[in-house]
Amino acid sequence: MKPNGNDPLVMIDNDRHLFKVSRNNFTDPDVFVKERERIFSTCWLYLGHESELKKPGDFVTRVVGGRSILFNKDRQGNIRALFNSCPHRGSQVCRERKGNAKSFQCFYHGWVFGQDGALRNQPGEESYGHDFKNDPDSNMRQVPRLESYRGLYFLCYDPEAIPLVDYLGNAKEYLDVIFDQSVDGMEIIGGTQEYAMNANWKLLVENSIDGYHATSTHATYLDYLKSMEGGLTDVALRGVGKDLGKGHGVIEYTAPWGRPAGQWVSLWGEEGKQEIDALNARNEKLYGKEKADRIAYKNRNLLIFPNLIINDIMSLTIRTFFPQSPNLLHVNAWAAGPQEESAAARKFRLSNFLEFLGPGGFATPDDIEALEHCQLGYRNSEDVRWNDISKGMGLEQPAMDDEAQMRAFWREWSRRLTGSEETQGERA
Amino acid sequence: MSVTIKKGSAAGTLTRPEVEDFLYAEAELLDEWRLPEWLDLFTDDATYQIPPTDIPADASPENNLFYIADDRYRLGERVKRLMKRTAHAEYPHSKTRHQVSNVRILSQDADQVEVACNFFTFRTKDDFNNIFFGKLLYLLTVSDGTIRIRSKRVVLDTNGLRNQGRISIIL
Repeated sequence: MKPNGNDPLVMIDNDRHLFKVSRNNFTDPDVFVKERERIFSTCWLYLGHESELKKPGDFVTRVVGGRSILFNKDRQGNIRALFNSCPHRGSQVCRERKGNAKSFQCFYHGWVFGQDGALRNQPGEESYGHDFKNDPDSNMRQVPRLESYRGLYFLCYDPEAIPLVDYLGNAKEYLDVIFDQSVDGMEIIGGTQEYAMNANWKLLVENSIDGYHATSTHATYLDYLKSMEGGLTDVALRGVGKDLGKGHGVIEYTAPWGRPAGQWVSLWGEEGKQEIDALNARNEKLYGKEKADRIAYKNRNLLIFPNLIINDIMSLTIRTFFPQSPNLLHVNAWAAGPQEESAAARKFRLSNFLEFLGPGGFATPDDIEALEHCQLGYRNSEDVRWNDISKGMGLEQPAMDDEAQMRAFWREWSRRLTGSEETQGERA
Repeated sequence: MSVTIKKGSAAGTLTRPEVEDFLYAEAELLDEWRLPEWLDLFTDDATYQIPPTDIPADASPENNLFYIADDRYRLGERVKRLMKRTAHAEYPHSKTRHQVSNVRILSQDADQVEVACNFFTFRTKDDFNNIFFGKLLYLLTVSDGTIRIRSKRVVLDTNGLRNQGRISIIL
């Protein structure tokens, strides 16, 4: 038994304002197995966006929570999530990453399935019992639950799960603020960033909502912004961090960079200014000044428990990630934008995205380096056992560079792993 | 660094061996982390792009999310960044080997040469080894007696970057 194998997962001392997370949580194969069972098999997980399935017959294949999923739209416009496994011998039926299809054929023995996953025909049908095709086990199986909110499709492998809108809880209102940026609806912009980190997935949860690391980790990005003529406003980086309950968390703050959602920078020129002014005026008419200002000038890094990050910052990004093992995670990231956006605004949006975000950006690679070095540092976990997530714990309103939003994640994570509301001293 | 080409050469008369020598020299600059010199190989209006791997190879960065879509200004900033100790992803510098092969001149006129080649680049840092491979597409021109890059597009063959994780080096 490792010396820290019996440590509580999370240790909280409210009197001393201490919040400690065991480093064993990032390395232990038993924790990884329990996460699959108690988190990735029971939580609502982001699958994809409705704009990825524009036409009837459109499909996308994707690995979600360790399962191979076929996400598609049938000719009636129904959107489905099917387990991408042949009911016959289990081969992945669809081997394309995306496309358009009237039916899906498993190449192994040639079984053909409809867009709804129902078995249509198979070679040698006469050799099977007469009601073989009526047996639901002959069809591709549907994922137990598929629900959407504001065009975001989530699936859940637990048939008994609470409805998605209840699961989203207080995070819903933040999603509304983000998705109200568009009147015609948001769309995923072509191109997926698919990358990886040699790090535990929970490190990326923390990092995605971490307002504390910017000046040290992202020094070169900040240098770049400062040196760029007209790239920044004089708005201060300032705001709050919030525990939204149910494991969701957010930081909401003002920042000096340009926001295609409503904060103009001089780099975008007079034409860009007119466009941003018109956008803000439209939003004020639709939603009132307070909300329009919040849409325009507030940045949001939103965590939907366990693994969906929506960053409404200098661009809008949807990012989800899954552990492959305790020390390896895969990331899928997309850029999203309003369908009605002009070509010029779209260009600025994407340019902003690439400067900061993604595996070729000026910032994300340094995040990856940090997380990988945390993981390497956990080689010492038996002796140096605890991560500290205490920042801002005693404050009535923690700031965006405090860690309340991360504590929200860890409380829920611990609750789900231990099955207990009480984190302190509990073991998985 | 400049690669010797025949005196009086123009884009229209560049030969494949001259292009190959140029590409080998470029690879050497990258492997030796002589990035400011590498940057000098580019024209003032140059672009450097790496598209994602789930969209058509000729897609535009104006309406698609790329991994990298630099104009000359941002490419210069990329180089500046990578030469700093605070570019943590590449500090200490990784070791790389840039290999190019199967060099072809696809088209040629008085102003520029369109070149394609295969590439594989090895990177090693800490305990991790990565391989990038695919195709490079160049538009080359000649000015002041040296070859310059007008555009460089890196078309990766892999499905995303699951093995490589990130593109913190220049490919």
